Amino acid sequence: MDFDALLAADARIEPRDRMPDGYRRTLIRQIAQHAHSEIIGMQPEGDWITRAPSLRRKAILLAKVQDEAGHGLYLYSAAETLGVDRADLLDLLHSGRQRYSSIFNYPALGWADVGTIGWLVDGAAIVNQVPICRCSYGPYARAMVRICKEESFHQRQGFELLLTLAHGTAGQRAMAQDAVDRWWWPSLMMFGPPDEESPNTAQSMAWGIKRHSNDELRQRFVDMTVPQAEVLGLTLPDRDLSFDGEHWRYGEIDWAEFRAVLRGDGPCNAERIARRRAAHDDGAWVREAADAYAAKGVA
Amino acid sequence: MLWEVFVRSRRGLSHVHAGSLHASDAAMALRNARDVYTRRNEGVSIWVVPAAEITASSPDEKEQFFDPAGDKVYRHPTFYELPAEVRHL
Ligand SMILES: [Fe+2]
Ligand SMILES: [Fe+2]
Repeated sequence: MDFDALLAADARIEPRDRMPDGYRRTLIRQIAQHAHSEIIGMQPEGDWITRAPSLRRKAILLAKVQDEAGHGLYLYSAAETLGVDRADLLDLLHSGRQRYSSIFNYPALGWADVGTIGWLVDGAAIVNQVPICRCSYGPYARAMVRICKEESFHQRQGFELLLTLAHGTAGQRAMAQDAVDRWWWPSLMMFGPPDEESPNTAQSMAWGIKRHSNDELRQRFVDMTVPQAEVLGLTLPDRDLSFDGEHWRYGEIDWAEFRAVLRGDGPCNAERIARRRAAHDDGAWVREAADAYAAKGVA
Repeated sequence: MLWEVFVRSRRGLSHVHAGSLHASDAAMALRNARDVYTRRNEGVSIWVVPAAEITASSPDEKEQFFDPAGDKVYRHPTFYELPAEVRHL
C-alpha cells in the first residue's frame, strides 16, 4: 500500500516506507522539538532535587526528572528513524534554530512550584500527548505510549505535593496559591496559538500527526483541571472562569506574552540554553573517553 | 553508534523490540538500555544489537516478497470443511 492508502486505512507509517518530504520534515521538527522540551524540562525542577524537604520527596523528584531524560531519549530515537542524527538535532537546539516548549522558560521559584509543575505542566503535557499515541508515524506513536504511561505518576505526585501544602500552615498554603497563580496561564499557552492562528494544523491533521486542534485540547485541559483545583482548595487566577453547563469558559490569554517567550524574551530563555550547552560541553570528555575505550576493543 | 534494544518482559515470553539508543560499546549499550527501557521492572533480560548489523526486508518489495504465502489458503485449518457432527478436530 502506498502512503495515502495507509493513511486512509488509519494504518501506521513505518521508517522504511515511502513518505512525502513534507511529512518527513514536519515529523522531524515536531519530534525533535518535543525531545528538546523533555530534556530542557529537567532544569526548572532539577534545581530543587538538592533542596527537597524530605528523602521521600527527593527520591520522587529524582525519579521524575530521570524519566524526563528518558522521554527525551525515546523521542530522539524516534526522530533518528527518519534519517537524522541526534547530534545534529542537539546542535539545532543549542544554536537556537529549533525550539522547545515555551513553558520551560519560566522559573521554579519555590518548593510549591515542583508540585504545580507536576499537576499543571505535566497535566497539560498528558492532554497534548495522549492523542499522539495514535499518530500515523509508528515510532513516534510507540514512544508516546511509553511516555504517557510514565507521565501519570508525574502528575499525581505533583497533585499530592500541592494537596499537602494546601492543608499545611498558612505560609505553605500561600506558597501553593502563589505557584498556581504563576503557572496557570503559561500552562494554557502550552497548547499553542489559537486555532485561527495555527496555519499548519490542517495539514498535520490530514497527515494523522495531529488529532485535535489546539483550542480543543486546551478546553479539555481546563475542563479537567478546574474541579481538581476545587479539591485542592486553591483558586485559579482567572476572574472570567465560569461553567456554561458543558464547559469551563476561560478568560483572554495574553498571546503577546506567549510570542515574547517564543521569541526568546521569557524570564529564563538565555539561562536554559546556556545551561544545556554547558552540560553538553562538560560531558564531551566522557563521550570521547567512551569512544576511545570502545576503539581499543577491550570491552 | 546506534543499538537496537530487545527486552524480555518476563520468563516465558520472547524478547520484543523496545527501541534504540546510542552507546560506544556493547557493555555501555546494555547499561543504557537498563536505564532507558527498564526503569519500572519492564524486563528480566535485555539483548542489544548494533543497528547496522540488522538486515531488513524492504517495504518496496513487500508485495512480491510475501506473495508466496498469499495463495496457500490450505495452510489454514479453516480451509477444510468437515461434517458438523465431527468433534475435537
Ligand atoms: Fe515527559
Ligand atoms: Fe513528565
